[in-house]
Amino acid sequence: MDLTLRVRRFDPDSDNPEPYWQDFSVTVEDNATVLDALIKVREDVDGTLSLRCSCRSSICGSCAMRINGHATLACKAQARDSLGDDNVIVVEPAGVMHVLKDLVVDFDLFWDKIMAVEPYLQPQGPEPEGEYIASNESMLHLSGVTACIMCGACVSDCTVLEVDPTFMGPAALAKAYRFTADPRDGDEEGHSEDRLRMLSEASGMWDCTRCFECVQVCPKGVAPMDRIMSLRDQALAAGMDKNYGARHVQAFSDLVEHSGWLDELRIVPMTMGLGNVPALLNVMPEALRALSHGKLPPLVHPELPGAENIRNLFEKVEQGGKEPEGHH
Amino acid sequence: MLEHDVLVVGAGLAGMRAAIAARAQGANAAIISKVHPVRSHSNAAQGGINAALLDRGDDWEDHAYDTIKGSDFLGDQDAIEVMCQSAGQALIDMEHFGVTFNRDDEGKLGTRAFGGQRRARTFFVGDFTGQALLHVMFEQLIKSGVRRYEEWFVTGLIEEDDRVCGVTALEIRTGQVFAIRAKTVIFCTGGLGRVFEPSTNALIVTGDGMALAYNAGAQLMDMEMVQYHPTTLAGNGVLISEAARGEGAYLLDKNGDRFMERYAPNMMELASRDVVSRAEQTEINAGNGIDGCVLLDCRHLGEALIKEKLSQIREIGIDLAGVDMVTDPIPIRPGMHYMMGGIKTDVDGQTNLPGVYAAGECACVSVHGGNRLGANSLLDTIVFGQRAGDHAASAARDVEYMEFDVDAVVRREEQRLQGILDRPQNGDRVASIRLGMGESMNRNLAVYRNEAGMRETIHDLQGLKERYTTVPVDNKGQVFNTDLVFALELGFMLDCADTIAVSALERMDSRGAQARTDYPDRDDENWMKHIVTAKGDEGPEISYSPVSITRWTPEERKY
Repeated sequence: MDLTLRVRRFDPDSDNPEPYWQDFSVTVEDNATVLDALIKVREDVDGTLSLRCSCRSSICGSCAMRINGHATLACKAQARDSLGDDNVIVVEPAGVMHVLKDLVVDFDLFWDKIMAVEPYLQPQGPEPEGEYIASNESMLHLSGVTACIMCGACVSDCTVLEVDPTFMGPAALAKAYRFTADPRDGDEEGHSEDRLRMLSEASGMWDCTRCFECVQVCPKGVAPMDRIMSLRDQALAAGMDKNYGARHVQAFSDLVEHSGWLDELRIVPMTMGLGNVPALLNVMPEALRALSHGKLPPLVHPELPGAENIRNLFEKVEQGGKEPEGHH
Repeated sequence: MLEHDVLVVGAGLAGMRAAIAARAQGANAAIISKVHPVRSHSNAAQGGINAALLDRGDDWEDHAYDTIKGSDFLGDQDAIEVMCQSAGQALIDMEHFGVTFNRDDEGKLGTRAFGGQRRARTFFVGDFTGQALLHVMFEQLIKSGVRRYEEWFVTGLIEEDDRVCGVTALEIRTGQVFAIRAKTVIFCTGGLGRVFEPSTNALIVTGDGMALAYNAGAQLMDMEMVQYHPTTLAGNGVLISEAARGEGAYLLDKNGDRFMERYAPNMMELASRDVVSRAEQTEINAGNGIDGCVLLDCRHLGEALIKEKLSQIREIGIDLAGVDMVTDPIPIRPGMHYMMGGIKTDVDGQTNLPGVYAAGECACVSVHGGNRLGANSLLDTIVFGQRAGDHAASAARDVEYMEFDVDAVVRREEQRLQGILDRPQNGDRVASIRLGMGESMNRNLAVYRNEAGMRETIHDLQGLKERYTTVPVDNKGQVFNTDLVFALELGFMLDCADTIAVSALERMDSRGAQARTDYPDRDDENWMKHIVTAKGDEGPEISYSPVSITRWTPEERKY
């Protein structure tokens, strides 16, 4: 199979270190991965091309990069499935993290976030002599999260991190969930309240905008966003509802239950707290700008026709014994 | 000055375990690795970790016997006793660290069957046990506060008065060379799989530690014992876990017959790896395969079991072979997988060089002898990593740092590396030499060997080593110059390849992984001994070391 790799390159050692595109035409086996093609370039054509790679089987997490605009493992991407027009495959370094050379990015940002969640088991109860007794289901559930290989694909394509580098991000939050959901972590009941409190702070679990990007790009099916939503459920269940994120969820749910649709005028003060004058003053310029553009939500918020059906739905869900979901 | 009581080279399971143990003893411990620790090849261990737990009615002596039999009686029984006795605690420690082992119905650790063992004693996390253990070990490394040099490549050892007293290393990210002073050095650099092409091993597995130690005068042992795993993908050689057969998968020839009946009527597909690989190769050679492969059939296991316990290899099959093992058998063949041999150590990881230790795949204790049992390698890394870390930490208390001229050492190493960068283009390529080596090794030092073939490879290696002295690199830059790193790795691999070929030629019998068509039988009278290689003026020099036999008398091996 003949193909062209269009590679985003960057050489900090050059006289004029600017990123640029370079095309490499190579012939590879029909079942080759994009990584196989890159290795062929590096070995046979141009040894200056730098990339990280090792296992070739989606387990070491070294070779995450953007292929045709989305982060993935180069060793998992089949070349034949990645061909664009004229048999071109576009290969770029992972996003969010800054580029060191060619396809190699600086993982310090990634690891700093992982370190921030104290990523090791912290049991507070007594250690048993043998193993902890735990259900297979609980361990299988955790293994779905510990299957994370720290490749950084989710961080690369996280739309929050793109604009707010302080966000803990999908990988670190999923890692945190791996502990909060572990029956061995935390107190004797397996509750990790200290962790949940820390993760509820700004830049934590409530800053995810639920764009699904991390779920889509994760090569191991870890679904980081789903874990973040589970963290929110855990935090709410532990009564940690005195922050913008938790109140926003509660307000959203209350408003929709009440009228069948979102009252955009009231959700802001309900999220921030009615008595929180400084925060409310802070958003006044935006409210005024909305007003001047004719975008202010209606002052009178009518109930939607059939809103009682929505209320019934809420009632049924709550009677079903389920907590209102953190995600809606 | 960078200086440490204990400097661990390599951050896979053995290395991290060693560093954590040394730190726990109060040592100023550090770990240096050419990749970030979680990228290490321990990741690739799929099936599980062996331990005989008393409360399951198991017995470490049974585990020891299975291991000894698996080793074709070349394993050192004193060392195997240590490993198998320590296994239970090592396993429970990992569980307490946070590994999410699969459980049984009572919520206790669950087991699966594995090759060459009469009892199911393999504990596992799906079919990515190595990855699960490695990441948890990294968590503990973070907790321990061990200094980490990540993406630093060790280029050489520093020696003063015949004692290793540190390493030179290239910080890959900047291209800067450093000298690190160390009272003790523990090599945990893993295997040497890339010496062969293809191999199941990751691209980073290049025998660095074995070659560094060998060049400093350390003895290597059992280097002829190279494990070919029975189930690897054709082409790229990627591993399909023994867990598949542990869960009940069949091996079929082109007619759909379970040919293992003829080779191991009792254990069938779960005979030891050398036996299964030889059976497959025999069938393939006899024309009973399909395109150089036989078939691994999981279909009868059912989709639910495959999804719960074999998800990773199913993913590999789909991604790399285009076969979903739920619906179709997957073509596999024997492929180079593991190095039983390595740096000769005692049960505390000590080598013949004072202050130099080794543990894990790069070491040879020897607990695997002629053939390693599946799921004993993870155990080996953890047990002997910890022992080496403990011993090195206590040894470091009694020695002082050696003085040496740091600037001169660094300058000398910089000049050596610059010399490689400055080589003019001559049309040759590092990758071409590596491929030549790998294909020659895989042709002549694979499942079946003979004198003529091995001599051919020794001859090939001579020519490749000559080419190596002038091979150019494309990249002349400083930052992340992987081109330079590959060139240095190739040098290490050529040294390792030499010792493998020379040791294999020396052993004139068939035992464990070494099957010689010109010496087809095991010859205990002459060859019940380890082959040891050390660096001489003209290549590897051979000596012998006795096999430790404590209570299990060698016997004929049947499965």
